[in-house]
Amino acid sequence: MGDQAPAIELRGISKAFGPVQANKDISLSVAKGAIHGIIGENGAGKSTLMSILYGFYKADRGEILINGQETQIPDSQAAIAAGIGMVFQHFKLVENFTVLENVVLGAEEGALLRTTMSNARRHLTEIAEEYEMDVDPDAVIEEIGVGMQQRVEILKSLYREAEILILDEPTGVLTPAEADHLFRILRGLRDEGKTIILITHKLREIMDVTDTVSVMRRGEMTATVKTAETSPEALAELMVGRKVLLRVDKKPAQPGRTVLKVDNLKVVDDDKVERLKGISLEVRAGEILGIAGVSGNGQSELLRVLGGIERATGQVEINGQQIDLTGRHSDGRSRRERGIAHVPEDRQRAGLIMDFAAWENIVFGYQWDPAYNNGWLMDNAGIREETEGKMERFDVRPPHAHLEAKSFSGGNQQKLVLAREIERNPDLLLVGQPTRGVDIGAIEFIHQQIVDLRDAGKAILLVSVELDEIMGLSDRIAVMFDGKIMGERLPGETNEGELGLLMAGVTNGGSA
Amino acid sequence: MDTFSTLIQVLDSTLRLATPLLLACLAGLFSERSGIFDIGLEAKMLVSAFFSAAFAYTTGSVWIGLMAGVAASIVFAGIHGIASITFRGNQLISGVALNFLASGMTVLIAQSWFHQGGRTPSLMGGARFEGVELPFAIGPTEAAETGRPLNQLIAEAGPLQQLYSELISGHSVLVYIALLAVPATWWVLYRTRFGLRLRAVGENPAAVDTAGISVVGLRYSSMIIVGVLCGLAGAYLATGLQAGFVKDMTAGRGYIALAALIFAKWRPWHALGACLLFGLLQALALRTDVVEAFFPFKMPVQLLDSMPYILTVVILAGFVGKAIPPRAGGQPYVKER
Repeated sequence: MGDQAPAIELRGISKAFGPVQANKDISLSVAKGAIHGIIGENGAGKSTLMSILYGFYKADRGEILINGQETQIPDSQAAIAAGIGMVFQHFKLVENFTVLENVVLGAEEGALLRTTMSNARRHLTEIAEEYEMDVDPDAVIEEIGVGMQQRVEILKSLYREAEILILDEPTGVLTPAEADHLFRILRGLRDEGKTIILITHKLREIMDVTDTVSVMRRGEMTATVKTAETSPEALAELMVGRKVLLRVDKKPAQPGRTVLKVDNLKVVDDDKVERLKGISLEVRAGEILGIAGVSGNGQSELLRVLGGIERATGQVEINGQQIDLTGRHSDGRSRRERGIAHVPEDRQRAGLIMDFAAWENIVFGYQWDPAYNNGWLMDNAGIREETEGKMERFDVRPPHAHLEAKSFSGGNQQKLVLAREIERNPDLLLVGQPTRGVDIGAIEFIHQQIVDLRDAGKAILLVSVELDEIMGLSDRIAVMFDGKIMGERLPGETNEGELGLLMAGVTNGGSA
Repeated sequence: MDTFSTLIQVLDSTLRLATPLLLACLAGLFSERSGIFDIGLEAKMLVSAFFSAAFAYTTGSVWIGLMAGVAASIVFAGIHGIASITFRGNQLISGVALNFLASGMTVLIAQSWFHQGGRTPSLMGGARFEGVELPFAIGPTEAAETGRPLNQLIAEAGPLQQLYSELISGHSVLVYIALLAVPATWWVLYRTRFGLRLRAVGENPAAVDTAGISVVGLRYSSMIIVGVLCGLAGAYLATGLQAGFVKDMTAGRGYIALAALIFAKWRPWHALGACLLFGLLQALALRTDVVEAFFPFKMPVQLLDSMPYILTVVILAGFVGKAIPPRAGGQPYVKER
């Protein structure tokens, strides 16, 4: 490898969007036949850099060299021609097309499809066999799982004879087992001489699969190191610019009385599909119950039912009192009056109104409270004043109550929602994906707030697809798969492998 | 009059009335499959109807009229394209605006051009599409040769010959073009590279974009096809079905075509079925005597006229399976990241 030209070399790439400098003078060199990781927080400029490489953006300055040749990449077509393939975080597949149709789209041999299709079918089977990616060419995309869809994306690039494969946050939607499968495929591709760039914010993946790693912070490339010569702690520090606590620091839980008791909860959606198939669980005061699982296995429905947004059958008791799941009194407000606070999974759609100011957002869900009203008028001045205090206590930056929710970063938006819900001093906090799209620095703070609430004797139901988060925060872990709870484990007595199997629906009586 | 010839007459008129619907419906199919809602089919048919009649009258050639009509329709499709593809405007608003524009503009120009109260003069001879006499059919030629009236000749022929001569033969060339457009549309959509890309761009433009194909280019090409098909539909109305342009002569056919498109669930062969059904309803509305022979009560014409919409609502309500429109329909494509 030593005397060979690098597969990709970037020299002094800069890109600005208005006043925001997304990429500042970035230089990078990736050797042929290597897996190179790029890690950085949200907004660090990773995606912008890759979009430049794939022809979505044009760099303001700088040059791109592919295999030692200076290359212009004005559009995706040019990127494909240069041998670059990209697997986006959100797949770019036509849902009602077959695998084969998706693969050939844009790479057809001629104006008529007949020969293209038969040749492509043969070629696709060859590639799939070579790299051990079993796919059915005639399967329709919307009917296959996400792991399979991702393999289709990879096959699309290989079909176009890509030598350089860029994967953007590829494991976000995968189970640990599927992620391992993906990494096996990536190693196989590397051994065949392909170059792979893996963009992620998960330190564990970088350590597992990459040969070299670059760290980006605020649009700059802060370091490039050999993976074998670094550690997660060192990388985290490079990402954030200060020392970070990767593990949550917490005392053993002291569970008290039962706050939430759920029995045989069932939800049937509009298409008559059963989304929850008889969920039973308990959360006690002073403990965090973590719900692990790949997204789409009923966790969202569970949160919405408990939060009063969705109807269900079954029994739910809060503080020993039954709550209405189907009737007129089943809504968000009645839940809040019973001491249930809800931090929804999708904070931008269900947690905040993005065009409204922070001070308006901070009373949503509680706007009926007499404390926020003077008779029949809202006490806006009082609310603004209170908001400033909450923003300060929850370290929301910048602490300006008049700013619209959309002008805060993801982490600060989440802190706003947490400030609203936690400061109501609820008995039970429902919290979904608390750190999705949140920077490492803010993650530390948010986790600490949740643990503090637990230590104050409150019950917490945590739903997250991040296994690290579940392992780090929970006092007990329940794993959901296909609308059912597959089992409960204690974080000290389980490992990611076992949870991963449960998340994939595998229950093996023998394994402990 | 015997039942058989009545039936043939009704079916014959069904075919004629279904033709503009079918052409417009296929136009809508191309448009919506590429992700552009087009409520302005009506507008394009109307401008084409006017310009084809006006040019056919002035030049005396129906073919020049046809070209003028198609050109006008393409211009309107282009405006819709600029508004909704290039400037990413609201496609419904653009379509509605074009409908109003076409409705007012055609009458205004007709009045200042021909001074006949917003209509064109009646078209005669070569300025109209004549029926095409297919081989072995009894038509005006036979009538001229034998010196006997045509309907008498047909009445004397056997049932198969009657069916062939009256229902299959003797239509304007545009009727046959419309019928051929159905397999052609199917073939383009499912057997060509262009069709694959067109279907993809209406479902997920981002997939097309990342594959290195121009979303904008694909959508504009579909706009041109829409222009041509609507142009044919409008020209047929003014120079085939009728003899000249009158105010608002499309009479909601653009909307019925959209209803047929939903009814057909955006598939070409089903579109043929839907348009024939809606054409039959229109034909029956003209022949209430036939309807009343089947029903013991007086059938209001308005009920027949509203049947296409009622059937569409039934389809949309999900009684006959799910009607899933192309997923990216109505959304302007904005490149992300």
